[in-house]
Amino acid sequence: MSLPVIAQNGVPQNGIANDTVHFNIEEFLATEQSKDLLRLTTAGSVDDGKSTLIGRMLHDARGAYEDQLKSASRGGQIDFALLTDGLRAEREQGITIDVAYRYFATPKRKFILADTPGHEQYTRNMATGASTAELAIILCDASRGLTTQSRRHAYIAALLGIPKFVIAVNKMDLVDYNQDVFNEICAEFAPFLQNASARDPYFLPLSALKGDNVVDRSSKMPWFTGPSLLEYLESVDTRTHSLEAPFRMAVQGVLRPDQTFRGYTGQIASGVIRPGDEVLALPSGRRTRVRRIVTFDGDLEVAFAPLSVTLALEDEIDIGRGDIIAAGEPPQSARTFDSTMVWFDSKPLDTARHYLVKHASHVVPAHVEAVRHRLNILSLDSEPAASLSMNEIGVVRIATSRDLFIDRYADNRLTGSFILIDRETNATAAAGMILSRARNAAENAADRVARLIRSFVPAGALLNLPAEDSAAVEELRRRLQGVWDE
Amino acid sequence: MSVVSSGMAWKISHLQALEAESIHIIREVAAEFQRPVMLYSIGKDSSVMVRLAQKAFYPGPIPFPLLHVDTTYKFKEMIEFRDTFAASLGVNLIVHSNTAALEAGANPFRLGTERCCGLLKTQSLLDALRAGNYDAAFGGARRDEEKSRAKERIFSFRDRLGQWDPKNQRPELWNIFNSRVEPGESIRVFPLSNWTELDVWQYIHVENIPIPSLYFAKERKVLVRGNSLVMPEQEFVRPQPGDKFEDVMCRMRSLGCSPCTGAIRSEADSVPKIIAELVTVRNSERENRVIDHDREGSMELKKREGYF
Ligand SMILES: Nc1nc2c(ncn2[C@@H]2O[C@H](COP(=O)(O)OP(=O)(O)O)[C@@H](O)[C@H]2O)c(=O)[nH]1
Repeated sequence: MSLPVIAQNGVPQNGIANDTVHFNIEEFLATEQSKDLLRLTTAGSVDDGKSTLIGRMLHDARGAYEDQLKSASRGGQIDFALLTDGLRAEREQGITIDVAYRYFATPKRKFILADTPGHEQYTRNMATGASTAELAIILCDASRGLTTQSRRHAYIAALLGIPKFVIAVNKMDLVDYNQDVFNEICAEFAPFLQNASARDPYFLPLSALKGDNVVDRSSKMPWFTGPSLLEYLESVDTRTHSLEAPFRMAVQGVLRPDQTFRGYTGQIASGVIRPGDEVLALPSGRRTRVRRIVTFDGDLEVAFAPLSVTLALEDEIDIGRGDIIAAGEPPQSARTFDSTMVWFDSKPLDTARHYLVKHASHVVPAHVEAVRHRLNILSLDSEPAASLSMNEIGVVRIATSRDLFIDRYADNRLTGSFILIDRETNATAAAGMILSRARNAAENAADRVARLIRSFVPAGALLNLPAEDSAAVEELRRRLQGVWDE
Repeated sequence: MSVVSSGMAWKISHLQALEAESIHIIREVAAEFQRPVMLYSIGKDSSVMVRLAQKAFYPGPIPFPLLHVDTTYKFKEMIEFRDTFAASLGVNLIVHSNTAALEAGANPFRLGTERCCGLLKTQSLLDALRAGNYDAAFGGARRDEEKSRAKERIFSFRDRLGQWDPKNQRPELWNIFNSRVEPGESIRVFPLSNWTELDVWQYIHVENIPIPSLYFAKERKVLVRGNSLVMPEQEFVRPQPGDKFEDVMCRMRSLGCSPCTGAIRSEADSVPKIIAELVTVRNSERENRVIDHDREGSMELKKREGYF
């Protein structure tokens, strides 16, 4: 008869009473409550120092955290390796690991780090990790200069529309913390990043190994005065873009618990909404106003991305799962559109094959009408192609069997993206980022003008538009000009 | 939790961000699957998951049943809590036990823990899922629990035998999930994937979520075996030479079956005190004790082989 294993979760004999003297739980909980969340991803080639940097960051951030808690450290050593070992061990064993998520916190923020290894399958892995990231750290090795791999990583991250970039020029200790080396890399990289539409890159010289500019500003590089990596991560604002974008919410479901209530559930993809705001329901095209923003914790006066809410509307209109509730400039209706596509499946893209597009909460039959070109991942040039294979990136034209209401990915990451599902195998075959609606789409110019006028000008506003309200008139003219120019 | 706006910047806390993400996941499952079910283990993570489900469908009811796989060796307090909790929510609770194995006398002393868990948890769960013809099952597992979990998807595909293939997972981008399965296949869904243990406890605190009293320290009569404190609820847990009964201030850190789950010495009799304990004990007690850590890991692994 074998004895069951007993979980031995011991606690120090003296309990925690001594620690609580130094540890103010109310203060701690209040601080914790005020922290926000930043999702980030890292990219670098093997040996650029990614593990060292992550290990250092987790370790030092944690150290700062524990200080702040004023907890007795008990002289306990923190196992540095433990923090990143998972990924390294697996890499050494040759196991294909795609994305590993790590969680750490500082006194100011919580972080979710999508860590993707830099080997062969990086395209697919990076795309996955980058899709939810608000910030990317691109590593390069100062002693090797700017490499093709670093460019490639930055390119893919930019393609995935990550709002912020840190270009971490690592191993500065190997080049004697020389400002010229750093400046050269920046000067070479900056135009490339701009071409790749990487917004706002922050160039940072550091040494992951020695800890320069990781948590504390380095004394070895007095010529550099910007914030350290952690300072930057703690303070960077990544949400402005999604809050300033027009309101979008894909309807996930309809709640009708009784005769008196009908609400539409969804997670706000972008923008801000308040009771009383006018919204447009698509595909019906009906307009109404928000009556209530309902949550378990009470009605809200204002809601914004990325909150999950339930909207009750003023008018009874026919809305169901897959529909989009929008405000401001409306999304475009399209059945054919061009999209950047990252191919995942081992079965290559086949224009004769049946796929499904899942866009927001809408699933529709689709096929790939044409492959426009493929990205040469080495030269980053476009080249002609008839198909895309696993880990390849290209631009394709998608045709769906029903209208989708889309935004450009550059404008909206959630209503501008979709996945392609193989109908036969159910595999997630590819991820798409919408570039534009196809030019020859059904809507003619007159329809579009009419739709835009409807969407920008509240009903009746044109009738009593005061002649002296030149700002409104000017805005209208500007918008219409945009349409005419198209 | 209420939304705060500071100046012009709309800010939400990390807990609100996690909550919004989890609610989105739960709603997707309810909309896209024919027969979803939520695995309910009575533990703290389950309590949080159920609260998130309530929030996802408020003011409506939770539109799927909860499923508890009962080994029948749970603590009495847990079962009482489960029944009161389910009744107070008005949710449909399904309890499934492997009665055949129990009638054949399955218990951890006769079979060893591994086989016992295999029969009463894993097998029982797979039977229950098959019996209910469920195509999606929510679980409360978190990525921070273990390194191998760190790469599991939120929607985790299971083949007809209920198995997970870590090398062949569906890529998961943005908040778009692929729910397509053939008959007999299913998806395990982990809405708490991105929560840490500290997040869970904080959420319990902020939201005032009920959890079983076993989590809270009080004086309990336990068998002291070295560092382990055993609460002898089942008659087959017999005192051994060297055992002694003592009244000890203690609590459970995780809730499992009474013969196989030890208590820890603790003064933490409230959620804030548990959080304080978690934070201050973390370094010294978790990471520096290799044996405990290994053992915890292997326990987890065993649990997950089929259970998650
Ligand atoms: N001199 C120096 N070496 C570094 C630095 N960062 C990493 N290394 C070394 O570079 C090698 C590769 O680092 P590692 O973190 O394993 O790289 P990874 O493959 O990108 O994860 C190791 O030998 C590190 O010690 C640094 O800042 N300076």
